[in-house]
Amino acid sequence: MADNLLVETRDLVVEFGQKRSFLGRQAQPLRVLKGVNVGIGRGEIVGIVGESGSGKTTLGRALLGLQPATGGAMLFEGKPLSQFPGGEIALRRHMQMIFQDPMSSLNPRQTIGTILSKPILLHGIAPDKATALMRIAEVLDRVGLPQVVLGRYPHELSGGQRQRVGIARAVMLRPSFVLADEIVSGQDVSTQARVLQLLKELCAEIGMSMAFISHDLSVIRALCHRVYVLNGGVVVEEGECEKVFANPQHAYTRALIDAIPLPIVSQDWLETTAA
Amino acid sequence: MSKPLLTISNLSAVSRRDNKPILRDVSLTLDNGRIQGLVGESGAGKSTISKAILGILASSVTVTGGSVLLDGHDLINMPEREKRRFVGSQIALIPQDPLTALNPGRKIGDQLTDGLKMWKGLSGKAAAARGLELLDQVAIRDPKRVMESFPHQLSGGMRQRVLIASAFALQPRLLIADEPTTALDVTVQKQVLKLLKTMQAEHGTAVLFVTHDLGVVAQLCDEVTLLFQGKVMEQGVAEQIFSAPRHAYTRALIAASPRYDNPSAGLHPIDDAVIAACRAEIASFDNQGARHG
Amino acid sequence: MADAVHMTNTAASAIPTKRAFGPTLRALLRDPKVIIGGGFILVLIVLAIFAPWIAPHDPLEQDLMLGLYPPAWMQGAEPGYWLGTDDLGRDVLSRFIFGTRIALTVAFASAIIAAVVGTLVGLLAGYFGGWVDAVVSRLIETWMAFPAVLLSILIVAILGSGVHSVIFAIAIIDWTRFARVVRAETQAQRNADYVTAGRVLGFNDFRILAGEILPNVLWTVLGLFTLELGLAVVIEAILSFVGLSVSSDTPTWGGMIAQGRTIIYQAWWVFALPLVGLFATVLAFNQLGEGLRRTLDPVMQR
Repeated sequence: MADNLLVETRDLVVEFGQKRSFLGRQAQPLRVLKGVNVGIGRGEIVGIVGESGSGKTTLGRALLGLQPATGGAMLFEGKPLSQFPGGEIALRRHMQMIFQDPMSSLNPRQTIGTILSKPILLHGIAPDKATALMRIAEVLDRVGLPQVVLGRYPHELSGGQRQRVGIARAVMLRPSFVLADEIVSGQDVSTQARVLQLLKELCAEIGMSMAFISHDLSVIRALCHRVYVLNGGVVVEEGECEKVFANPQHAYTRALIDAIPLPIVSQDWLETTAA
Repeated sequence: MSKPLLTISNLSAVSRRDNKPILRDVSLTLDNGRIQGLVGESGAGKSTISKAILGILASSVTVTGGSVLLDGHDLINMPEREKRRFVGSQIALIPQDPLTALNPGRKIGDQLTDGLKMWKGLSGKAAAARGLELLDQVAIRDPKRVMESFPHQLSGGMRQRVLIASAFALQPRLLIADEPTTALDVTVQKQVLKLLKTMQAEHGTAVLFVTHDLGVVAQLCDEVTLLFQGKVMEQGVAEQIFSAPRHAYTRALIAASPRYDNPSAGLHPIDDAVIAACRAEIASFDNQGARHG
Repeated sequence: MADAVHMTNTAASAIPTKRAFGPTLRALLRDPKVIIGGGFILVLIVLAIFAPWIAPHDPLEQDLMLGLYPPAWMQGAEPGYWLGTDDLGRDVLSRFIFGTRIALTVAFASAIIAAVVGTLVGLLAGYFGGWVDAVVSRLIETWMAFPAVLLSILIVAILGSGVHSVIFAIAIIDWTRFARVVRAETQAQRNADYVTAGRVLGFNDFRILAGEILPNVLWTVLGLFTLELGLAVVIEAILSFVGLSVSSDTPTWGGMIAQGRTIIYQAWWVFALPLVGLFATVLAFNQLGEGLRRTLDPVMQR
């Protein structure tokens, strides 16, 4: 494992359901992550792929420190998240998140302008109001949104526009790491392509690392340098996308790849299943 | 050559609220035993067409022209009662979300046998027996237990299998599958698609498969109709459409779809010029209509 | 350069620094519910404040010679006594006008106290969960198990009559109404992605509660508040009906209804008119609340 990893987990274990019921009986804890090692280097876009129940969402939240670990460590720049100099607020300056459902991740009673000015105001990254406004205008322009959306409410925007607002909010602070959790699922192919292209460009421009969680291997192929395949709370395979896709080692990875229908007509895709 | 099972001719529809066209002169034919993919991005009008066939168009949508014929019967103008009987016994629907399609408060067995009792006149016992048979056909391992279960006790994939079972229960001539695998894991999707093809082949049902996923269409369907904003952009045999697409929109859509075997696929949004050309096509169609209408 | 300046100007104009009052006020004044409900309440407020100048007679002045005169539109009415007189010759209209003082004071004071206390408790319980929530939930459940009106009668009987005890009695019972609803809404919002987004941006708990959750909860509270105003007026009327409200010379609607009940066959107007007034007031509060929510809440405007 390289020493210059930006974000890491080491033997991460996450369990749920440890509440004691009223009568003192303990519910059986659910082990969602069973010793996971992932690492994201500077400037890398890493994919985390898994089906439902694989634990990928929990892993994403753990990377950001939103999910406490039952065992193992979560590190940023080599230090445990809890010991980051400057505390939580300083950490948040460097780690951001883009959400799957832009409708629920934008406060419905706040205008886009309010939503986008909050990160700037909180972290005080602009010395005065004029600079703050310039920054917001810049970011809006960069993600391809017209300036008029600032006065609108989330429900007045289209789904694609809301997604861009989510992206704008995440990159406003120019963080070094961004988590994208299933952000293109359910989108039209064209919207998806635009979002993926935008993310790729932003990562290169700002020098951001990204952990891209998805169930869609094809999307990960388009966007990511490396990939972790998660199944049942364990990483079953990892490596550079090119290698993993060309020569998958684990049976699960093979099954996953095999299950993807390509947009070419083949006579036997339905009949055959990967060994 | 036998007559096609489903013939949609020049179907046009508008939204009553603002007179905006939802369907523009859509024509397609589906033969017995064939699987046709109805593809398009959101807002293309795919679900409107399904609803028109099923006779469940929202009251805010008005059909302004064209016809939908199933085996020669006019589905648009059929009187309500007759339509319900006809559609109920001849056409089946596999909906997108298996969770909301099943009543959470009723057992699977009851819901499965509803149609059998209503349209086939089977007694409770006979219907239950047939239900078990069907669940077996869709490869559900413990059919008895599933019959007694409630929807929330089953996984997404199992629920979808139950819906497939209940769709084929009445041996429909036409099956409309409305994005049936969108909510499923990709490995489960493959199983469900395989099952669908097997059942379809056995029963000789014609299938109209509505989806936005080009990969699924390519692998499953014999024919394809591609829609954009209610207008048919390209139509034909699947092999030809995917190997040598004629319309620029088709090409752009295929190029924009990500592929695991090609890292640069999926990063090309549809060119504005292509969209503009499509819009121009649509505009000229709309103007033509205005001139004649 | 000009482009950048233009961008900034648009940005500046769109970021709300202070609530833009102009357009919202205009929208408010156009909504029929706000006009009717709000207008009625405004009239009542004016009556309450300027009662001594508006009321044609002294509400306490008795003139046995003028007893039981009917309202102005009926036969045998005494000029100057528009709504008639009661059995002690006191002007019904003047007593009604002075009655608005008690009604509105009690309504606003108790509703505000109940709303503030209930919202605070509900926010904390809903957001932090755990033992805070457990304690609060048990407290609310036990509290609500007591029959409200009887409890308020008990409290007033213990504390003695007077406006303050009535206000206290009503507030101390009805805070649970706010707490329960606010707790539920806070819980629902706590799991929303925009709260997580706030945490990811670095907001601490207080900022999230005050900046993200509370503004959304306030709209529900507003609706409950206007409902509570109507309820408080009714409870006060009940209390004064049974003679447990303020001292017996001060005219109250409930008192008038109680008194009117005894002479209902001779002078039904003493009973009926304050009852109608009560009904209209509660209706007005409800309409105002609905109208406010409809025009001001962005979510409702979808």
